[in-house]
Amino acid sequence: MRSLPHDPRQLAAIYAGGVVGALIRVGLAEAASTDPGQWPWATFAVNMVGALLLGYFFALYRDHPPESLRHPFLGTGICGTLTTFSTMQLELYEMVDGGYLALAAAYAAVTIAAGYLFLRLGIELERRRGEFVPYSETKSPRDGSQ
Amino acid sequence: MTAPAWIAVGLLGGVAAAARFLIDAEIAARIETPFPLGILAVNLGGAFALGLVAAAALHGQALVIVAGGGIGSFTTFSTWILDSHRLRAGGLARAAWLNIGLSLVVGFLAVALGHWLGGVL
Repeated sequence: MRSLPHDPRQLAAIYAGGVVGALIRVGLAEAASTDPGQWPWATFAVNMVGALLLGYFFALYRDHPPESLRHPFLGTGICGTLTTFSTMQLELYEMVDGGYLALAAAYAAVTIAAGYLFLRLGIELERRRGEFVPYSETKSPRDGSQ
Repeated sequence: MTAPAWIAVGLLGGVAAAARFLIDAEIAARIETPFPLGILAVNLGGAFALGLVAAAALHGQALVIVAGGGIGSFTTFSTWILDSHRLRAGGLARAAWLNIGLSLVVGFLAVALGHWLGGVL
C-alpha cells in the first residue's frame, strides 16, 4: 500500500495550528479544572468557540484553491485541535461513574446541540460579512451615479 | 506545570493534529463514502486511549502532556460537528444522526473499555 503524497507546507501549517490549539485548550483546562460533579466549563468553552470558528472558516475558504495554507492552519490545525472529543467523553464517563447521571445527560445534549448552533452561527456570520460590503466599496461618490 | 511541560504540550499538539489529518486522508482515499469514517476512527481510537491513560499509572504533568497535549489534540469536536452538518446539508440527514449517535455511544463505551483495561493492567 502506497501512502498519499502530502504537501509538506500543508502539514507544517496543520502542525503550527495544532501547537496553538493545544496550548490554548490545555492552558484553559489547567486554569479552570473541575470535578466530575461540576459542569466542565473549560472543555465546553473551547468546543463552542472552536465550532463557531470552524463554521466561519469553512464558509470562508470552501471556494478557495486547495493549495491555500490558511484553511489547514486555521481549520484543521487550530479549530480541530482547540476542540476535543476524547476529553468530553472522559468527562462524561467520570460523571456517570460518579453517579451524576442527569449532569452527564445534560452535558452530552447541550454540548452537541449548542456546538451545532455555534457552527451554524459561524457559517451565517461569514455569509453576512460577505453581504454587507462597506459603503465606500459599493459605490464611489465620484461616480455621480446615485 | 513547568516550562518544558508546556513546550511538550505544544509540540505533541502539533504532532497529534498532523496525525489526525494524515489518518483521515488515508481512510478517505481508501474507502469511498460520504460518511466521515476517518474522523470517527480518530475520535473512537482517541477516546479508548484516553480512558486507558486516565486509569493507568500516569499522574501530574505527564498525564497533562499525554492526555491534554496528545490525545485531546488528536481527537476533535469541531470537525465532528462540521462533518455532521455537511452530511445533513447534502441530503443525508440519517447519516448525520448516525454520525452523532455512533460517536457518542461508541465513544463512551471506548472510554469505559480503555478505563477498565487501564485498571487491570
